[in-house]
Amino acid sequence: MNSRFKTQYSKSKVVGLYLLLVMTILYCAGPLLWQFITSLKPDTEVIRMPPLLPQDATLDHYVSIFEGHPFLRIILNSAVVASLTTLLSLIIGSLAAFGLAKLDIKYKALILGFVLSVSMFPPIATVSPLYIIIRSLGLRDTWWALILTYTTFSLPLSIWILTNFFREVPDEIYRAAKVDGCSPFQTFYKIMLPLAAPGIVTTAILVFIFSWNEFLFALTFTSTPASRTIPVGIALFPGLHEIPWGDIAAASLVVTIPLIILVFAFQRRIIEGLTAGAVKG
Amino acid sequence: MKVRGDGYRFVIPALILLSLVTVYPLVYVFYLSLYRRLLIFDISRFVGFENYLFIFRDDRFWNALKNTIYFTVTSVSLELLLGLFIAILLNRTFRFKGMMRAIILIPWAIPTVVSAKMWEWMYNTDFGVLNYLLGMKINWLGSPFWAMNAAIFMDVWKTTPFVTILLMAGLQVIPQEIYRAARVDGAGIFAIFRKITLPLLKPVILVVLLFRTLDAFRVFDAIYVLTGGGPANTTETLSIYAYKVLFQTLQFGYGSALSVVIFLCIGSISIFYIRLLSKGIKQ
Repeated sequence: MNSRFKTQYSKSKVVGLYLLLVMTILYCAGPLLWQFITSLKPDTEVIRMPPLLPQDATLDHYVSIFEGHPFLRIILNSAVVASLTTLLSLIIGSLAAFGLAKLDIKYKALILGFVLSVSMFPPIATVSPLYIIIRSLGLRDTWWALILTYTTFSLPLSIWILTNFFREVPDEIYRAAKVDGCSPFQTFYKIMLPLAAPGIVTTAILVFIFSWNEFLFALTFTSTPASRTIPVGIALFPGLHEIPWGDIAAASLVVTIPLIILVFAFQRRIIEGLTAGAVKG
Repeated sequence: MKVRGDGYRFVIPALILLSLVTVYPLVYVFYLSLYRRLLIFDISRFVGFENYLFIFRDDRFWNALKNTIYFTVTSVSLELLLGLFIAILLNRTFRFKGMMRAIILIPWAIPTVVSAKMWEWMYNTDFGVLNYLLGMKINWLGSPFWAMNAAIFMDVWKTTPFVTILLMAGLQVIPQEIYRAARVDGAGIFAIFRKITLPLLKPVILVVLLFRTLDAFRVFDAIYVLTGGGPANTTETLSIYAYKVLFQTLQFGYGSALSVVIFLCIGSISIFYIRLLSKGIKQ
């Protein structure tokens, strides 16, 4: 892999290239790094500049975000909402994707077109009627208001990625299963699902991150810590007099670390999901 | 050859959910937009297209539209340029490729609200790291000139990874032989970029532009958390304006009319790009 690189570039070019790489890394990770540094500074140092680095590093902020406010409850809300959304979106999305990829359906192109056009909907256009509907169903300030909305808005993504995966499974496998007496549904969960496992992982990660990060609907449909999710909790972070920058920094780190772990563990899958269809045309 | 079977049973749950949670509300929002409806006073009166007529005379709407267009055009162009640069840089063969890709995904993975808080802190006039590093005292979020540009810098940081990832995938599809042949012919870096990379990357660039323009045009969280639309509405975009009308002043009729207008703008942008894309495929 590296032979081309070594033969074609002179030493100074290699140094220049690595310098650019380091700058790219600093640009991408710098803000998060700064948030980490801030989170370690005691309050008196947070509002002093310089020094850049903490003189008297402390974990106080990480303790104080869990004391006295419902941060733990908010994390739990996000975890439940994001997990259930992911599960539902995978179930409903994979069923639809299987049907669209392998079964006979009239107006298939029309259905796919409809699903894709939904992904372009501006959320603000549906937020007022959805608010009225959710209020009249008595679902305001519950997990289900968010789970229902997120599942639907993530369906286009799930269906799109999974349809591409199911299409790659050869028709012969499906036919062989049918000869062996499997119903379409048995074929779906016994044969197709395991074969499309990589696609399922990709979809699950993207849907989870979407639900973990969503703000507009969460802000509108929740009103108390009973159902408030992380983005709303961070946006409305309570402060007595001044904005508690140290606490916000610590809270940001706590809620971002799961995502960073996901990114490092699954970067290949994530990239596959983001580029699905976009490059092939 | 397709396999026979009744596929509808598999698609129906998704279609029901999509219809109930996206199509039905869309019809409903149009219906709401024909009423003068104030949620707190339980007032609801049919006014026809009056709300839409009022939009044309509403200076705040035109201001929000102008802000949205400025935000969209500036941030999408900057993201494309920066993303192209990083994609070409990372496309060179070197070690730690997987690790580099994970690192550039960091801004993408961070919740928008968290990144807005992060940048708000970095933009802080007195204790912000940005002013410290620049040795200046700029009131980034308080000045009408800087606030929108500050929001754009943040958005560029947050969304360049997505652009980079897509463009990298596009670059990988271009056969290396073409580059080798061009180099043998003595073509310089810029000639290669202009004559080979750019034309072959065009379809991917169009897809990137489609996704990013739609996202930037409906921007909400990033700016809402960073500046709340201020100072003096200089960063108020269409989504933020509509949201404030709906949920702060509780004018559901007028807010819904604004929502419909946003929907129509987004629809026109999509149709424009999809036309461009299908034209490209036919050629």
